[in-house]
Amino acid sequence: MKFVITIILSVLIISVKGQVKISGNIADTKGKPIYGVSITLKDTYDGATTDSSGNFAFVTNETGKHILEATIIGYSSFAQEINIAKEPINLHIKIKELVTELKAVVISAGSFVASDKNKGAVLSALDVVTTPSANGDVTSAFKTLPGTQQVGESEGLFVRGGTATESKIYMDGNLVNNFFYSSTPGMATRGRFNPFLFKGTIFSSGGYSALYGQALSSALILESTDLPERTQADLGISVIGLGGGIQHLAKNKKSSWGVSYNYANLWLAFKFNKYKQDFYTIPVYHQGDANFRIRTKNGGMIKYYGYISSNKTGFRSPDIDSTLLKDAFAIDNFNTYQNLNWRENIGTGWKLTTGISYSTNKDDINNELQDASNQKQVITTPAFYAFKNFKLKNVAQYAQARFVLDKKLNGLNVIRFGSDYFYSREKSTYTLYNGTKYAETVTDNLAAIFAEADIYITNNLAAKIGSRVEHSQVVDKWNIAPRVSVAYKFKDNSQASFAYGLFYQNPERKYLPAIAGIDYSRAAHYILQYQKLTSDRTFRVEAFYKKYTNLYKTSVSPTGQELAANNNGYGYAQGLELFFRDKKTFKDVDYWISYSYLDTKRDYLNYPSSIMPTFAANHTAAVVVKKFFTKIKTGFNLSYNFATGRPYYYFAYDNNQNKYVIGDAGKTINYNSMSFSVNYLPNLGNDKKKTFIVWVLGVNNVLGQKQVFNYNYTNDGSRKEAVTPPSKRFIFLGCFLSFGVDRTQDAINNNL
Amino acid sequence: MKKVFLIAAVSFLTIGAKAQSDKYIASMKSNIAAIDTSFKNPINLLTLANKFERIAIAEKNQWLAYYYAAFCQVNYTYMEQDKSKVDAIADKATELIDKADALMPNNSEISCIKSMIASAHMMVNPMQRYQEYGPEAQSYIDAAMQQDPSNPRPEYLKGQGIKYTPEQFGGGCAAAKPVLQSSLDKYNTFKPASDIHPNWGKERVEMLLNECK
Repeated sequence: MKFVITIILSVLIISVKGQVKISGNIADTKGKPIYGVSITLKDTYDGATTDSSGNFAFVTNETGKHILEATIIGYSSFAQEINIAKEPINLHIKIKELVTELKAVVISAGSFVASDKNKGAVLSALDVVTTPSANGDVTSAFKTLPGTQQVGESEGLFVRGGTATESKIYMDGNLVNNFFYSSTPGMATRGRFNPFLFKGTIFSSGGYSALYGQALSSALILESTDLPERTQADLGISVIGLGGGIQHLAKNKKSSWGVSYNYANLWLAFKFNKYKQDFYTIPVYHQGDANFRIRTKNGGMIKYYGYISSNKTGFRSPDIDSTLLKDAFAIDNFNTYQNLNWRENIGTGWKLTTGISYSTNKDDINNELQDASNQKQVITTPAFYAFKNFKLKNVAQYAQARFVLDKKLNGLNVIRFGSDYFYSREKSTYTLYNGTKYAETVTDNLAAIFAEADIYITNNLAAKIGSRVEHSQVVDKWNIAPRVSVAYKFKDNSQASFAYGLFYQNPERKYLPAIAGIDYSRAAHYILQYQKLTSDRTFRVEAFYKKYTNLYKTSVSPTGQELAANNNGYGYAQGLELFFRDKKTFKDVDYWISYSYLDTKRDYLNYPSSIMPTFAANHTAAVVVKKFFTKIKTGFNLSYNFATGRPYYYFAYDNNQNKYVIGDAGKTINYNSMSFSVNYLPNLGNDKKKTFIVWVLGVNNVLGQKQVFNYNYTNDGSRKEAVTPPSKRFIFLGCFLSFGVDRTQDAINNNL
Repeated sequence: MKKVFLIAAVSFLTIGAKAQSDKYIASMKSNIAAIDTSFKNPINLLTLANKFERIAIAEKNQWLAYYYAAFCQVNYTYMEQDKSKVDAIADKATELIDKADALMPNNSEISCIKSMIASAHMMVNPMQRYQEYGPEAQSYIDAAMQQDPSNPRPEYLKGQGIKYTPEQFGGGCAAAKPVLQSSLDKYNTFKPASDIHPNWGKERVEMLLNECK
């Protein structure tokens, strides 16, 4: 009985125990008070939230040893054992700000991010397709950003004094070898891939990561979309053809598959738009693709994308050496591309990303000299006329295997390393006017290993340090390419970054096999950037210096081929670039302005000396303005591209000096082009309509401004002709429909 | 003696448990009562969110405590002026509501909070995020209606969304009115399962309907 009384008494004592006040204050490591911190006496109801001066106070009935916790988003959590007796407790707690993606400085020197998710993105995925001068071409939208040239006579991105072949394009980490349709003389071709395939793009105009290589100037890194949001069928009809596809999302939303087919025929476009060339084979494209995506158990992803296309075109243009004759160029292309990618969380912070890709490309080119009635002419005197009749067949196979291992350390710190293996086999058969064939096969095995670390010292200071080591069979040498970027964030959230890197590249296939032992061509980049980014305004200024060494010089082989002869070429590029994007000043108007100043000279290929290359302009500018009128569900987009004239040359062979000299030179007129597009979305926001429709009208070079890209010279250099766009204006009209297959009901049923 | 001891011990334990549950109910009640006035000041809302979370952690298996903690956090995102902070707070709300969901699966009220969280993410950049979060918010509202057809809150959220959507996109008062009216009818007959079960939103619906007169 006594025992029970004791129990009752002790219970009573517990319930009448005194209340103890616990108070204090919470600040970060710099002493700045933190507001909104949750203070908890662990496993009790007792606690408080700090006020704007970081103070807190509460009373508790608890006694004895307890754990006091302090937690808030973005800071490391704090726990301390306290002994609650009768005395009030006062605590001064310091908690450390976590390095979080949201607050941390972005390592951005040299790169532009186009994404909807990434912090630091300057363009959204939609911007890539709504930029009017781009015509829905993935790379063309980037021509409105600083650092790129307005080159219209050939495809690709010419970045900071570099050639298009110095820019490489990657899809989910794997190199895409024939990103663009095969070149045709004097006309830029489009990229092969639909811009809607990609959820994010990083365009690096220099100083890119050690994960990528073999590009002296620039890397365009495309990331394909993960699972689609819903099952959907698409249909598109336009002046250039029609296409359709389906994306099917599994009921459990863990996997999807899709197929699409596109047929393009420029017959209608040629009715709308006048072309200066005489197309005897109207360009026809067949293109099919297929994909599947599977989300794995641990949140990983397996993605496959396969593409197959065939296209042909043939056109005649007046032969430059003779006013009576014509050059007829025909190309037949067949291309396949397969990319399988797997990323997986393999536990304890490790992530594996691995991929393989395989692609083939076949070009059949036939060039003829024809007379007024389109009959083939073989003229052997002078000899250069004879070489206007030729056939060229290129058959190429490319394979790549790659893995990257990431280990997430504390905060945002990451180390990653991995390896790339590239195999390429390119066979070209050149047939002369007299039927003589020259066949050549170039095989390369290129292996690379790389390692990189993202180091966040604080939210305000971060560095990315990496290196890449490569060995190519063609060059048969090793190269080591270090890459460093550092970024610092100021108090006002603006930031400065610096990047340095060495970049190596093999000679282009067409200059192979090399005449003598050759080395890698090399570029060193130095980039300094200042950027201020808010949710509706972006301002950035970047200065760069790029030094080229070991550029390839070419010699003419006995068979008339221009081949890599030595690495005595060199050059430099330096400049200043500005970018400003503003969505705030004018209501519902979004615009960006970019300006680039470029000073560059190089001695490479058959250049007689160090001169400004034909693909470089001193000043380039672009303005893009977009406004969406919700009332009429219509968006209007306008872009204006400007560039000062580019140099052109005639290189004459001087037999006395045994080398090329400048026979003639000049500068083209300034380049101006205004493009305009209208998007009309009649069913926007109407949930009842199952079909989503987009009408697109686009006009390139609305004002019909005269554009000269370059000049072609006659064989003896006595006369020149301007290289101009194939048509003055290009008008595009299309209608794109999406049929959403509503799965809401499925989603609900699966949840129940 | 042994028997007496046992009886005593058992009764103390029950008293203890009863005291514990009384304390839980009382704390929840006073905190829920404070929600309405806390909307005037974001710090009060955050303070309440933290209070609910403390109760939830201490109690371990009371889904309502997690529910209200998430409710306060998601409402806090709507008051946050700095849009760049919203995603992190909304993620915190998701973390809380997921715990409630684990304790009480397929609950209509929990689906409502999930829909509100998706809307919070969307509001950071509606133009860019509509495609992703619009259907997500909608699908949780649909799920909530399915899980409990008598719950007025899914229709309140739906009607509110329609009212603030521009007319040319199928929104506006005319389209929102029938949905809000149906929600109000349900509020008029809705009986929460207990004093501390969700019972908010009626005044808001009346206000919205009033604005649409």
